[in-house]
Amino acid sequence: MSVGIKINHAVKAYGDNVVIPDLSLEVNDGEFFTLLGPSGCGKTTLLRMIAGFNSIEGGDFYFGDKRINNIDPAKRNIGMVFQNYAIFPHLTVEKNVQFGLKNRKMSKEEMKALTDEFMKLMHIEEYKDRMPERLSGGQQQRVALARALVIKPDVLLMDEPLSNLDAKLRVEMRTVIKQIQREVGITNVYVTHDQEEAMSVSDRIAVMNEGEIQHIGKPKDIYQRPANLFVASFIGRTNLCNGKLTVKDGKCIVSLADGYQFEMDNIIEEHQHDQDVILAIRPEELVINEKEGIHAKVDDSVFLGLNTHYYVLSDAVHCIHTEDKDDDRFELIQESMIDEIIPNGTDVRLKIKKEKVNIFTSDGKQNIVKGVKNDKYLYGNK
Amino acid sequence: MAKNNKVIQKQKKNYDSWLIITVLLLAFYLFFMIYPMISLVKQSFLDKETGLFSMTNYMEFFNNKSNVLALQHSFSISVWVTVFSLILGVPLAYFTTCYKIRGSKLLRVLIILSSMSPPFVGAFSWVVFCGNNGIFTRFMRDVFHIDMPSIYGFNGIVLVMSLSFLSLVYLYVSGALKNIDNSLVEASSNLGTTGFKRFMKVIIPLIMPTMLASALMVFMRAFADFGTPVFIGKGYQVFTVLIYDQYSGEMSQNKAYAAALSVIAIVITTVIFLLQKWANSKFTFTMNALHPIEQKKAKPLQNFLMHLYCYGITLLAFLPQIYVIFSSFQKTSESGLIFKKGFSLNSYRYVLEAYSDTIWNTIKIAVSALLLVVLVSVVCAYLVVRRKNIMNQALDLMTMMPYIIPGSVIGVALIVSFNRSVLGLPVLTGGPFIMIVALIIRRSPYTIRSSVAILQQIPQTIEEASISLGSSKAKTFFKVTLPMMLNGVISGAILSWVSIITELSTAIYLFTYRTRTMTISVYELVTKGSYGYASAMAAILTLFTTISLILYMVVTKGEGSGTA
Repeated sequence: MSVGIKINHAVKAYGDNVVIPDLSLEVNDGEFFTLLGPSGCGKTTLLRMIAGFNSIEGGDFYFGDKRINNIDPAKRNIGMVFQNYAIFPHLTVEKNVQFGLKNRKMSKEEMKALTDEFMKLMHIEEYKDRMPERLSGGQQQRVALARALVIKPDVLLMDEPLSNLDAKLRVEMRTVIKQIQREVGITNVYVTHDQEEAMSVSDRIAVMNEGEIQHIGKPKDIYQRPANLFVASFIGRTNLCNGKLTVKDGKCIVSLADGYQFEMDNIIEEHQHDQDVILAIRPEELVINEKEGIHAKVDDSVFLGLNTHYYVLSDAVHCIHTEDKDDDRFELIQESMIDEIIPNGTDVRLKIKKEKVNIFTSDGKQNIVKGVKNDKYLYGNK
Repeated sequence: MAKNNKVIQKQKKNYDSWLIITVLLLAFYLFFMIYPMISLVKQSFLDKETGLFSMTNYMEFFNNKSNVLALQHSFSISVWVTVFSLILGVPLAYFTTCYKIRGSKLLRVLIILSSMSPPFVGAFSWVVFCGNNGIFTRFMRDVFHIDMPSIYGFNGIVLVMSLSFLSLVYLYVSGALKNIDNSLVEASSNLGTTGFKRFMKVIIPLIMPTMLASALMVFMRAFADFGTPVFIGKGYQVFTVLIYDQYSGEMSQNKAYAAALSVIAIVITTVIFLLQKWANSKFTFTMNALHPIEQKKAKPLQNFLMHLYCYGITLLAFLPQIYVIFSSFQKTSESGLIFKKGFSLNSYRYVLEAYSDTIWNTIKIAVSALLLVVLVSVVCAYLVVRRKNIMNQALDLMTMMPYIIPGSVIGVALIVSFNRSVLGLPVLTGGPFIMIVALIIRRSPYTIRSSVAILQQIPQTIEEASISLGSSKAKTFFKVTLPMMLNGVISGAILSWVSIITELSTAIYLFTYRTRTMTISVYELVTKGSYGYASAMAAILTLFTTISLILYMVVTKGEGSGTA
């Protein structure tokens, strides 16, 4: 009995400290929807408001047509999976899975059948008599998932469910989660700070920062046409640099620091005027070649098998330092060739795949390249 | 919409029920702790003749040299007992944790057992053993013609208390040693620090916070102990005995004077408490060992000396109890005053006949107190950890106050406040009720602390998981929170049970003939000089604590590392 979720103008405040000023969104029935953002952006707070563990200071929350603001968390019919799994340590695997069913009016046989079905679905039926302390992290997370799904909740809420697992298990479990979600066909709100994880599982992602939604969209749209500078630098790796946009005879020319210029033909009309801009160029959007492009010098390289990462220095670009990237070097990724890796100190030229490049206003608040799809505005966010 | 309203009302009701519990607990503590303390302070400032506000009681106290001396005695006893307990207890813990000592499990059981027995049993048995007419004293005199130094007075008190409280230090410190990661020990060896130097430079600093905590515990207990100085002090006046004398007044009863004394005692314990807190703040780090220290086998000579030390100390701490049990089976004269040759059960027969009511009293009072202590503690812990607000923080503070108030002072405060009608209620003293109240107030700080510690280890998300699966808050508390706390609560409760049945310093003020407990009857019998009967009663008490200990070991699965 999966339903959609609608949130209108949600407000969260602790005393005078407003954490979420005004937030609206909609999650479609059966959708895998992810709240993504750095820690402290309000994503877990919002999830806990949906669950009913945090009070709601303003706005309306709906499951389908039902307003849930004042419904006790125990009556919201949600399945929840926690970061630390929150498995009951004093109960066996089977009893853990069964726990929620005992709060429903249900015959013993029915209960057993459902419990078995979901233990089987999550491949934990062989551990059903074990105590949780004898399970690995991945197994515990499977129990948590089975326990949340067996009650046939209206929505499934997951709060960083994979962050306590090691890297390999994390990749394995996210496939499991995605697969189960599709199989059960349940509306899922998923919270994470890991952008790669978000992209791999989600139908749509809401990128949040400082209690506000920055961008809602499909993983591809968000990665390729981020709505603003924050989204561009939070999702994936990006080289940022200053540039100038000049419009001459209806042509948009972007020039870099050393005078290197290229033409862009996909700038939104209303932004077609002379202005300072910020360029966001992802490492794979630069191609090393011998003839044309920006002058640069290889500073360092890292061979990673499939790809080789090069770090280059160039007078052409004024790099903008961010929290996770604070040197003057440009990063670029090339498919590893059978030839030698280009030695450090070599002069190279870089060609920009300009159809992929994103350009932002100098305050970083807006992408001025055509093709941004941001569902945020559909729901009445400012 | 109507449905929503209903839900809102329900939520409000839920909120109110916790509020009501908070208010009830606050009222209890305000009435039975804050009010008696305030009346005690008030009384201490009243002139006994004019009934006006004055400093006479305090002036009189400080003008009387022997009073000041009693306070000095209490203080120096506490300091020395703390020092000796640490000097004896820390190596014991270090040897048994870090080296292979044969039979260390047995040692542990014996040490825990001696920590559970009330110090006054130790005092009394040392008197029987080494007193003027004790078996050891006579043996040395008759066989070797050596006059043993007197066991009475300062030396005796410090000896008995140190042997009794070193077990506390041992329990705390061995717990801390188990939290030291082996890699720290290996790293120090790697850097060239081994043996005694490593013990002083690495181990001691790492267990410093625990040592300070146990030092405070020992100091407070030594300072507040009433039984030991009464039995073995013989004229060496300390403040707990002084308060009792002033209060019960064989010469002249002076309650205002006793009140003043109590206030001075609280001031001292508060200062010590704050000093300890300050010292502790210098050592803030947490440890959690992935790989606990591996027990090593020492070189032969060291190994021998360590075994000698561990067994010697444990035996010394445990000896008195063995001797009490032994003498409880000795034949005595009709009056019970003189031991005769041979064995019999006549002491038990007498005690079970003449004092059977005290055993029942003890069980009745202790069981009621225990149930209430556990209830109050679990609820308080829940309020403090899960429902933080100003009222619950005030409650937390109030429940912790008895930690620094000596038991004698609580006894005096309760009796001074409630031996007359208050708020139109009937007089509350003179029955088991007030004794139970006193036990709740005195024991709760310890059980609340341990419950809080347990609750803090339970992630709140586990409760949220239960709620999200459709359980109400109440159901979640009983089905999830409580079962998870249960083991810890039960082991805490057993330790509380032991200290409740061995409590003397408060009960001595509150008992009446009808509500005598076992400890009080031991006290009475010793005062009368009926050592045989007293031994039998003490042995029964020891039996009780031993059974409790076995239960405790079963509950904690042989860990036995909990500290009350």
